[in-house]
Amino acid sequence: MRIIADTDVCVGAGQCVLTDPETFDQSEEDGTVIVLAEHPADERKAREAVHICPSQALSIEE
Amino acid sequence: MTTVSTLPITRSCPYAPPDEHVRLREEAPISRVTLPSGGEVWALARHEHIRTMLADPRFSSDRANPGFPLLLFSQRRVTNFRASLISMDPPEHGPARRAVVGEFTVKRMAALRPRIQQIVDEHLDAMLAGPKPADLVQALSLPVPSLVICELLGVPYADHEFFQTRSSTLLRRTTPGDERVAAVDELRSYLDALITRKEQEPGDDLLSRQLERTTAREELVSLAFLLLIAGHETTANMISLGTVALLEHPEALAAIREDPAKTPSAVEELLRYFTIAEFATSRVATEDIELGGVLIRKGEGVIALGNTANRDPEAFEQPDDLDVERGARHHIAFGFGAHQCLGQNLARMELQIVFDTLFRKVPGLRLAKPSAELPFKDDANIYGLYELPVTW
Ligand code: SF4
Repeated sequence: MRIIADTDVCVGAGQCVLTDPETFDQSEEDGTVIVLAEHPADERKAREAVHICPSQALSIEE
Repeated sequence: MTTVSTLPITRSCPYAPPDEHVRLREEAPISRVTLPSGGEVWALARHEHIRTMLADPRFSSDRANPGFPLLLFSQRRVTNFRASLISMDPPEHGPARRAVVGEFTVKRMAALRPRIQQIVDEHLDAMLAGPKPADLVQALSLPVPSLVICELLGVPYADHEFFQTRSSTLLRRTTPGDERVAAVDELRSYLDALITRKEQEPGDDLLSRQLERTTAREELVSLAFLLLIAGHETTANMISLGTVALLEHPEALAAIREDPAKTPSAVEELLRYFTIAEFATSRVATEDIELGGVLIRKGEGVIALGNTANRDPEAFEQPDDLDVERGARHHIAFGFGAHQCLGQNLARMELQIVFDTLFRKVPGLRLAKPSAELPFKDDANIYGLYELPVTW
């Protein structure tokens, strides 16, 4: 499983960081998502983050 | 498809959505309703439909669009000023939001934690040193988020009475149109003057930093206005409502007392349970769009009944129970889509700190009045409590 993030779509709500801080971070500058681990350690958490993301900036490639 | 004559917006039970909204969710989840202002719009009551709608950029947030649903007549006059963030659509919205969202990242908010803790401690100490019963709204709920947003923006807290009164005037549905317009004008000229001062003497605050980015005055005033109002009553009302709910659910309170690691999840549940700002998520269709088998035509307004949707059994098991351990993170109390609340992580942290500190410092806290007699804000656009008498 691989995480794909579209920073143009991201609205910087930080829901991903709250849900799975090992996989996601936010840029200090504009709050957009930074993927720390393309292949997340905890797949369940990463999936939850993708589901919760309000802007649908995150997707999963199986 | 059902048409109801008027969408009632008052609750029969302070802890539940209006009955009519629940009926809509069960029987006609996408239906035509008449708003108190007279306009006919679509009402969405299911969690899934609302998420789909709010994530679809073809539903516009432009409050100047004549089809945009407004609860009150007088709102049209108030919202007619230059677009603030909440009223923008792509492609304008993305860059404008990104210019400020860096101020609200999870990390930045975490850095504010010690200061917020200090503010909460000071206010609780002052309350405990004062007479009993005390009004928790004045002692804690309002001053904590107000101070925090003022410090963040660089607005002098000494002026808080000025904007608190204007802000509640604005949020009350029964406020006459003229008073509403006057409140907005006063707030805007206050902020305009403040920004002029910051131009001459910048400080270490959000508004001063925004001034380095842009000199577009209208835009900055709108941003300051939005953040100030949104930072005021929302969190304050959640503090009051959350306190009542926790006091009325001793098992929930015991859970977070025993293990503060459960507080973040309790906060999500309280946000879901009350969904205090549901009418902020209205939209207008910019094309003909099919949603859940219904055709919504270009120009038609849509309101999201987020409160009811957050009690949708399809999205939450036993939705009417307050279950602090359920993991309610997918609630839509902060909205959804590109406009999802900018200050949500600040709000979360304030609520966590307040509940942890309040119930630790004041173990004997209890209501000074039966909860049925509390003045719930049934006439305000942000749900909450006007007063919360407590003793200990
Ligand atoms: S949850 Fe989505 S919108 Fe928010 S920061 Fe993460 S990727 Fe961006």
